[in-house]
Amino acid sequence: MTTIAQQGATADQFEPRPISRLLPPPGRPALDLAAHLRRHGQIPYRGRAGQLIEDVRAAGLTGRGGAAFPMHRKLSAVLAAGGRPVVVANGAEGEPASSKDKALLLLNPHQVLDGIQLAAEATGASDAVLYVALDADKAHWLNHLIAQRSAARLDRLEVRLFVAPPKFLAGQESALVRRISGGPALPAFATRRVSERGVEGSPTLVSNIESLAHLSLIARYGPAWFKSAGTPDEPGTMICTLHQSDGRVDLAEAALGTPLADLLDLREAGAVLIGGYHGAWLPAAGAARLTLANSALRRHGATVGAGVLAALPAGRCGLAETARVARYLALESAGQCGPCRNGLPRIAAALADLTDVTGGRRPDPALVADLDRWSGLVYKRGACAHPDGTVRFVTSALATFESEITAHRRGRCTGTITRPFLPLER
Amino acid sequence: MDFSATALWYISRATGVVCLLLFTAVILLGLLVSRQGKLPGLPKFGVVHLHRYLSLLAVSFITVHVLSAVADTFVNISLASVIIPFVSKYQPLWLGLGAVALDLMIAIVVTSLIRSRIGRRTWRVVHWLAYACWPIAIIHSIGAGPDVQSGPLLWLTVACTAAVAIAIAVRTAAALRTASSAAQIRQLLAGPITREAASR
Amino acid sequence: MNGKQEPKLRVNPVACSGHGVCAELLPELITLDEWGYPLLADIPVPNHLARQARRTVTDCPALALLLTRSGTPG
Repeated sequence: MTTIAQQGATADQFEPRPISRLLPPPGRPALDLAAHLRRHGQIPYRGRAGQLIEDVRAAGLTGRGGAAFPMHRKLSAVLAAGGRPVVVANGAEGEPASSKDKALLLLNPHQVLDGIQLAAEATGASDAVLYVALDADKAHWLNHLIAQRSAARLDRLEVRLFVAPPKFLAGQESALVRRISGGPALPAFATRRVSERGVEGSPTLVSNIESLAHLSLIARYGPAWFKSAGTPDEPGTMICTLHQSDGRVDLAEAALGTPLADLLDLREAGAVLIGGYHGAWLPAAGAARLTLANSALRRHGATVGAGVLAALPAGRCGLAETARVARYLALESAGQCGPCRNGLPRIAAALADLTDVTGGRRPDPALVADLDRWSGLVYKRGACAHPDGTVRFVTSALATFESEITAHRRGRCTGTITRPFLPLER
Repeated sequence: MDFSATALWYISRATGVVCLLLFTAVILLGLLVSRQGKLPGLPKFGVVHLHRYLSLLAVSFITVHVLSAVADTFVNISLASVIIPFVSKYQPLWLGLGAVALDLMIAIVVTSLIRSRIGRRTWRVVHWLAYACWPIAIIHSIGAGPDVQSGPLLWLTVACTAAVAIAIAVRTAAALRTASSAAQIRQLLAGPITREAASR
Repeated sequence: MNGKQEPKLRVNPVACSGHGVCAELLPELITLDEWGYPLLADIPVPNHLARQARRTVTDCPALALLLTRSGTPG
């Protein structure tokens, strides 16, 4: 494959080529506050609400939390809503396979915190919350950084740290709003957007922490600089969590539009999971021709999502991996909506049944039809996108691992290693 | 004794008994609705409609019960004491409880009539007051009505109370028995896949 | 959005407890899935069913059924 030769990698070594806008170069530590200010200067406040939004629009920044929503539209909506807006920096990262937000907080916290201040100014916010799922030590350390910045009179709005529960849905927009407003971290049925009515009824900007960090860079270096990486339609970089087929997990900041083969070592891979556990499986051969861009991925049923990419090693049963993740997704359901509560565990149980060919057992072939029917019944019938994402994940698995399913129906599995590959713990 | 005064007093007592029966039926039907139950021969929406219909019927009878008691000149019950609890000169405690029950009933009925316009939560919270309203009404009827303190009407009151108590107990037991949603999910994950397609 | 104020049925899936009263009252637009939860026809409510739809919304024991104008976010 030409891309690997271009890397200059040796035959048995693979290193994704990094860009360092947010993540420091490999081996370098996080910048302390003084070093951060020397490198990037003071926070470039614009002096008035709304001033920054045009630059954000020109830069074409989209959300890095998975939905890729245009950031300038979010900012404008919250500003237009008036009242006393709240900025929530979402670092909950409930997806077990994703660790980019945790890494960003540890390796470049000040860029995130600067972004919060700038977003607060742009929306006229009167409250700022940093919502993270961290242990006590790291939370304490973050609070210390926030206090340091307050003492240095850097931050105009005091940032409240709010610890999220370690649940898959903790970072879901309405669940986050409910949690911060004092309720449980469960999705809500919303008739109004959070930009109009969010935390404690106020207009709320909910933005992934990486998006806010990019916002801070755009404020400092301008939209043209931001667009100098990435593609014209999808500018900028994204931090990706890369699950390599040898079991290594890499974190790499990559320009959008980077070929997937430059990020994942696909030489030993049978299939690729793009976009995490609400993403899609694709055969490795097909994925090798694709890039890290929604324009390329959408027609194959995938999206960049939050930048999670996994190369399933050959010799693994993709069906077994899918069944394990599907079980996790069923357990992580909020259990509030009938279709999701009924459908997801049945889908997971059916996948587990299909996976089990011990002793030449032949699963019931009608299970695939059941899977299709249940997938159709849960799609878009919950209060949030959890059933929808799960269906996308499962449906893509049924297509990508079709030959595996055929083998299983004959009582055989092509996988030789039964050790789990995809992580379910954080 | 003035004939019309006696008639009004009897009307008040009689409608009081009818209200006992009607409100008992209403609360039993309400409990059935919350259990997603059916009455034989009726579709499910029949339970909902019967619950509503009987409650509006009960409102009519309560109105007559209250107004006839006020109009009757044998005892002095002011209109105000019907709504404002414990200000009556005659039997302030028992009539006061009646006024409390009436106020709760008005709140429940009014919110139910406009239920699609007020928030779901508001409607639910007020509707739960039914569990307070009904016992208070029973106590009012025992205290204020010598009729029910002995004889067949006492047995009727006992029967109604027993029916409601049993229905509430059954409803509570069912709610406690229903596995939490997390437990339901775990159950489905553990069990064999049922051939549901075949059974439908 | 074309500005038409056509009403559409929506269900609040968190509030819905699967009573099934809605499917009895408005079978033209609502059926139940195999678990007892409502499947709504994805079309605006036709004029001749508007009154029935409003009554069905009022009659849902869980107040989970809504009549919204198309275009309302969710």
